[in-house]
Amino acid sequence: MTSKTEPVLRIENLQISLPEGADRPFAVDGVSYELNAGEILCIVGESGSGKSMSANAMMGLLPDMVRPTAGQIIYGGKDLLTLSEPELLDLRGRKIAMIFQEPMSALNPLMRIEDQIVEVFEAHGLLTIKERKLRALNLLIEVGIPDPEKALRAYPFQLSGGQRQRVMIAMALALEPDVLIADEPTTALDVTTQAQILDLIHDLRERHGMAVMFITHDFGVVAEIADRVAVMQFGKIVEHGNTDDVLDNPQHEYTRKLIAAIPKLHAEKQDDASRQTPVLEVTDLCKTYRSGGGFFGGPERVVKAVQMINLELAAGETLGIVGESGSGKSSVGRCLVRLMEPDSGSVFLAGEDMAKLKGEKLRAARKSIQMIFQDPFASLNPRTKVGRIIAEGPIAHGVPKSEAFSKAVELLELVGLDQSAIDRYPHEFSGGQRQRIGIARALALEPSVIIADEAVSALDVSIQAQVLDLLADLKQRLNLALVFITHDLRVAAQICDRIAVMQQGKIVEIGTAHDVFNAPTSAYTKSLIEAIPGREKELAAAS
Amino acid sequence: MLRFIAMRLVKAAIILIAIVTLNFFLIHAAPGDPAAVMAGEAGAADKIFLEQLRAQFGLEKPLLTQLGLYLVGVLQFDLGFSYRQQMPVADLIFDRLPATVLLTITAFIISLVLGTVAGVLASARVGKWSDTLISTFALLFYATPLYWAALMAVLVFSVQLNWLPGFGYETVGGGYKGFDRVLDIAKHLILPAGTLGLFFMAVYMRMTRASMLEVSTLDFVKTARAKGLKPGIIQRRHIFRNALLPVLTLAGLQAGQLVGGAILTETVFAWPGIGRLMFEALAQRDYNVLLGVFFVSAAMVLLFNLITDILYRVVDPRIRVS
Amino acid sequence: MADFWKRFKRNRGAVIGLAILLAVVLIAVFAPLLFPQSPWKMVQRPFLPPFAMDRFPLGTDTLGRNVIAGLAYGARVSLLVGLISTLVSLLIGIPIGALAGYFGGRVDDALMRFTEFFQTVPNFALAIVLVAIFEPSVQSIVGAIAIVSWPPVARLVRGEVLSLRSREYVEAAILSGQTSITIIWRQILPNTLSPIIVLASLMVATAILLESSLSFLGLGDPNLMSWGYMIGAARTVIRQAWWLSFFPGLAIVLTVLALNLIGEGLNDALNPRLSRKGK
Repeated sequence: MTSKTEPVLRIENLQISLPEGADRPFAVDGVSYELNAGEILCIVGESGSGKSMSANAMMGLLPDMVRPTAGQIIYGGKDLLTLSEPELLDLRGRKIAMIFQEPMSALNPLMRIEDQIVEVFEAHGLLTIKERKLRALNLLIEVGIPDPEKALRAYPFQLSGGQRQRVMIAMALALEPDVLIADEPTTALDVTTQAQILDLIHDLRERHGMAVMFITHDFGVVAEIADRVAVMQFGKIVEHGNTDDVLDNPQHEYTRKLIAAIPKLHAEKQDDASRQTPVLEVTDLCKTYRSGGGFFGGPERVVKAVQMINLELAAGETLGIVGESGSGKSSVGRCLVRLMEPDSGSVFLAGEDMAKLKGEKLRAARKSIQMIFQDPFASLNPRTKVGRIIAEGPIAHGVPKSEAFSKAVELLELVGLDQSAIDRYPHEFSGGQRQRIGIARALALEPSVIIADEAVSALDVSIQAQVLDLLADLKQRLNLALVFITHDLRVAAQICDRIAVMQQGKIVEIGTAHDVFNAPTSAYTKSLIEAIPGREKELAAAS
Repeated sequence: MLRFIAMRLVKAAIILIAIVTLNFFLIHAAPGDPAAVMAGEAGAADKIFLEQLRAQFGLEKPLLTQLGLYLVGVLQFDLGFSYRQQMPVADLIFDRLPATVLLTITAFIISLVLGTVAGVLASARVGKWSDTLISTFALLFYATPLYWAALMAVLVFSVQLNWLPGFGYETVGGGYKGFDRVLDIAKHLILPAGTLGLFFMAVYMRMTRASMLEVSTLDFVKTARAKGLKPGIIQRRHIFRNALLPVLTLAGLQAGQLVGGAILTETVFAWPGIGRLMFEALAQRDYNVLLGVFFVSAAMVLLFNLITDILYRVVDPRIRVS
Repeated sequence: MADFWKRFKRNRGAVIGLAILLAVVLIAVFAPLLFPQSPWKMVQRPFLPPFAMDRFPLGTDTLGRNVIAGLAYGARVSLLVGLISTLVSLLIGIPIGALAGYFGGRVDDALMRFTEFFQTVPNFALAIVLVAIFEPSVQSIVGAIAIVSWPPVARLVRGEVLSLRSREYVEAAILSGQTSITIIWRQILPNTLSPIIVLASLMVATAILLESSLSFLGLGDPNLMSWGYMIGAARTVIRQAWWLSFFPGLAIVLTVLALNLIGEGLNDALNPRLSRKGK
């Protein structure tokens, strides 16, 4: 693959300064790399590593407050950093194109897809109006949008996330650019859609011979798509090389740490017989959403989010509920804790049917089932001190204040935080620490069941690994029953004893984690597992 | 679209009925005899007329029956009788309505057009002196009482400079016909519509500026820049259209203020609209006229709301299509 | 708190606004000391132009009353009415918004239709009708202004509560067994405080404008000297005595401007999210 020709684009010693008061002086410091025609370079790093910055600099799209202070970006014999604005305008879209992370917000909500694609030609004064429309159609066909003619006339909100990302790619391809920058283009997508988009980018790279710069935080994606990889930390490239070399034989300590933190796609074989008596029994749980309709509304929209779900959970057991967005996995969790009212079915917990309790009884019964939430920044009240956050539950259930607070201290230590935390506010903590506080809060009521709803999804991979370790440890020590809801099959494989796979409100497969991963029975589960990025590489390495 | 308008009209009808009901209870909550309140200033009406009112509105009957009779009356465009002016209130109002409609619509258009244009200009030059200038003016107009701005406008442009008429709707005894008359009215309209529009111009300018700045940070603007589009096109096609949506929402919410502002403007400029009528009725405590004007001005607000809702739907496909 | 003041201070306009408001407050508080004589009393010949006599720097009005004394006493009315009517509208708007946002469904529907109704009604016209029917007095004016001003509060609070209600920390509070009242009071309302404070400062400004407009139309409290009344009384003589309407108007503009500037400063200081754009 690596033919020794002149690189399409070369970055040399690039340095980009951050505004005063930032956590470090430079977003990017002394970064050098090359992009070659027909090659995919992955820039990988955790949030805040500065991985997107050099791409923005290439396009001349850096935010106002940050500016390049040293180095060069050489393209076509010129330094892009010294180009005038009209020269950059000519380059953008025509020679260097870009796609972004959020396909939801990256398209203008008020314009038809056709107009947004045609605009690319218009911006560079190419083709006649008629030819532009024809090209737009052909582009949509090339990126594989179903019913492209209808999609041309659609507005962004009428397309799915994957389709919008295809539209973005079509726009980027429109003028056959030499360089395609893809900034986390699949992060917001479901795993099967992600696999399709990765295939598409791979394919187009080959067909058009573009140089692709692919920015990601996900080593699975790197393994799937990259020819070369550059690992960034604190604005510097710490390791750079061929993908196989870096993944199989990482040289830098940070790279090694990152790779080690990735949950392995390997589930231990468990002895099913050792299961204890169930603490939670869910039978025939159903929930249907209705929206619209009513007196003046249009046609009613009905979504069957949860359909006849049956589950049981034993003490000390972790049950994973996995599925893509819209599969109903979160609805199940919310019905279990009654943040959402189930339409029918029962949820037996400690001898009572949680699904039917009301008022004061429900309030009392909630003690035994608690939840850990996804967003570490939204799950703690910003105006309440950490001690109070943890103690609030016990206080609401009649525990004296002093007792509740001394327990909060114990819990903080249990989740690995210093006891001085009780007098501080949530904003003083990092994402991982906040998630620990959230876990302490859930434990404060000594529940028998904990629901973790995407509890590690918002965290960087190294932090994620620490929180998963903590959960596994607590589960063991406290004999907790855990329902772990996630879209990430790697995470599920690591922490779950049993796994239920959901699709369109139904459980399509349930079994021990080992069986589900190694011998899936349903076609959907198989397709999910096959779509996991980096899986093939991992299998190859294992054998 | 038709279905949408029909829905809106039903909703408007419900609100109007609610207002009539409110009026009814206000009459009864007022200190004194409801019949006297209906007749005009307490004690000014003669006995026979009061009796007549009592019979017509069944003032001896239960409250709900009375409400029914009152509602039926309004449905027949009977807004009561102005004892002071010796005319049905509805006639008084319909006589004056065209002048108010002309004034408010002119002010609405002036303020919306100039306000958004100024807002776009300011946002494009954010931090520069022209932005500071526009923003400062907006801040000043935003703090200026409407009636005072009107008085000062009369003082400067009419009394001192003698450029524009500061009084009335057309030149009394001017005898203008046809196009000349239109011109004459237009000349009289400039100061009232200008001062009424000034405050709202400030409101829309501030909203447009803030909204443009906010939208320009969104992802799709970055996409547009990555396409190599010229800044002017991005400004117009991508940012402005999206930024207009909250401005239109605001314009709908401000409609009530606009109609209310007309009362003050008409008072200062002796503009013969319903606002001026309200001021005259105020001096005489002619409650029927007050309540009637209140009712009709609410209907005007609903009309403005309908207009802004339709504009909103034209701009935003998400509402139009789904 | 120190942090708050630092951010507030960064907005130069807000500091100027605060200075102006402070001056107006001082004048209002010390009006009886500065001008021991009643502002209604005739003290000189009528139509004395401004700067003609040192004792009457802003001249006298149609009845020979001291204009500057009127301004000082008018400041009391403006501030008092502005403040109290804003408090009353907060008392109406916050509970309605909080209940609608928290309980949703039918409660929300009913309360929001009610709010929408009051928002659609042209509020100045309603205020006129209310004050006229209940006879002009400080109470009726405050009441009328509050009745027409609360809907934005209710809508703001509802919107905030609605978005906070689905915030994960509120859900955590529900799960931990806290009662609805505790949750609204401890988890939700404290987090809506900043936008409410900002809105309230702007509402005081609007209330002052409303009060002055009512007084201008002759609906002020007949026992109190107010800025709007002074302008209204001078309206017919504007050709002869411009200063009679000019100075009270200027007072209103300055006070309202000051409050608006403070509102913006509060917004910068309380919602730092907006001021630190771009990372």
